[in-house]
Amino acid sequence: MSLFSRSPWILHYDGSSCNGCDIEVLACLTPLYDVERFGVINTGNPKHADIFLVTGSVNERNIDIIQNLYNQMPDPKVVVAVGACACSGGIFARAYNIQGGIDKVIPVDVYVPGCAARPESIIDGVVQGIAALEEKRKKRAS
Amino acid sequence: MNTAIYGLLFVVLAPLFGGLLAGVDRRVSARMQSRIGPPLLQPFYDVGKLLQKTTRQVNPVAGPLLLGHVVFMAATGALLLGGTDLIFVAFVFALAALFLILAAGSANSPYSFTGAERELIVLLASEPFFILMMAGICKVSGVSTFGDVLAYPQWVAPQLPGILIAFLIVATIKLRKSPFDISTSHHPHQELVSGLTTDMSGRLLAYVEVAHWYESAILCAFMVLLFNRSWPIGLVAFGIAYALEVLVDNSTSRAKWQLVLRSTWAATLVLCGGNVLALFVIGR
Repeated sequence: MSLFSRSPWILHYDGSSCNGCDIEVLACLTPLYDVERFGVINTGNPKHADIFLVTGSVNERNIDIIQNLYNQMPDPKVVVAVGACACSGGIFARAYNIQGGIDKVIPVDVYVPGCAARPESIIDGVVQGIAALEEKRKKRAS
Repeated sequence: MNTAIYGLLFVVLAPLFGGLLAGVDRRVSARMQSRIGPPLLQPFYDVGKLLQKTTRQVNPVAGPLLLGHVVFMAATGALLLGGTDLIFVAFVFALAALFLILAAGSANSPYSFTGAERELIVLLASEPFFILMMAGICKVSGVSTFGDVLAYPQWVAPQLPGILIAFLIVATIKLRKSPFDISTSHHPHQELVSGLTTDMSGRLLAYVEVAHWYESAILCAFMVLLFNRSWPIGLVAFGIAYALEVLVDNSTSRAKWQLVLRSTWAATLVLCGGNVLALFVIGR
C-alpha cells in the first residue's frame, strides 16, 4: 500500500447541485462516518488536493471554474463524480443551461450514482478513486 | 564537542518528535470531536505523499526560500542545543519564520499574500516574548547557553511566573492553534483557503510541514529550558501546555489580527516585561 492510499486529500466542488449530495459529502466528515480515520482531509485548496470530488452537473457558468480547478491540481490526480447530476446531468440533463455530467469537461475516473448519493457510496467512490490514483502514480513512475 | 553532538541529534530526532506530536494532536482533536481520528503516523504519511506529488511553483524563488525555512528552523534547534547564546537563538528563530513569509509573499495570490501579511503580524506579536524570555532566563541564572542553564543548580521557573503564563499565549501562535492561527487557516476551519500555504504544493508543502515539526520541538526545548533542573519535568510541562493548546484550539473561533497583536503584546509587556523588570529591581 503506497502513501497515496494512506493520505488522500480531497477538493470538493459543488457544480449546480441541489446541495443534497454536498450535505452527504460533509456527512462523511462527521463522527458517524469520520473519513479522517483513513487520512482523508477536505482541503478546499486545489494545489493540495489529490481527489477532485464534484457534485452537481456542468452548466454554462461553471465550465471554466471546473477546468481551472482541475488544471491547478498537481499530478497524480483523479476525479470522482458524486451523484446522478455529476454522472450524467441527472434530472436537469435536458435543461437549457446544462451541459451534462462532469465528463463533458474533464476526465472522470469514478462515477458514484445516487440521488442523493449516500455517504457509504461516496466513501466507496473515494476508495476506488484511491485505486485509480495508485495506478496513475505507477504509470508516471514507469 | 559534546554540545555539537546534541545539536546534531536535534537535527535528526526533532522531526520524529514533531511529527509524532502532530499525530497525537490530530488524534486527540478527533477524540474531542467524538471521532476516532487518523493513525498516529498520519503526518508522516502526508509528508511522504507530498514528496511524491508533482511540485508546482508559482514563483521559482519559493523553493529555495522554503528550503531556507527548514534549514534555519533546524539550525535554531541545533544552535540552541549546541550551546550558542540564547538571545542569538531567538533571532535565528525569527529569521527562519521570515523565510516562510517571503516564500508565501512571492506567490501572486491574494490568499497567499494575505497569509504572509498575517504571518508577519504574528511574528511581530511573538518575537518580543522570546527575547524577553531569554533575557529573563539569563538574568536569573547568570549564564547564557542551554547547557549552562540546565547545569544551573537552582530552578529558574519560580522566578519567571509571568514568562511561563505568556509562554502559553505565544505558543498558541507558534503552534498555529485557534484563535491565533490567522495566517495558516488550518484544515478544519478554512477562511483564507490555506492561508500562506495556499500556493505551495508537493515538495514545498512538505518543507513547511517538516519545518513546523522542528518548530514544535524547539518550543519543547524552550520549555525544558524554563524547567532547567529536570528535563522530564520540562517535557511533562510541555505536554500539559500542548494539551491546553489543543483544548483551546477546539473550543475557540479564529480571532482578528488586531486582537492577536493586542493580546500578545499586552501579555508580553505586562507579564514578561513586569517579570523581567521585577528581577532587575529585586536582584539589585
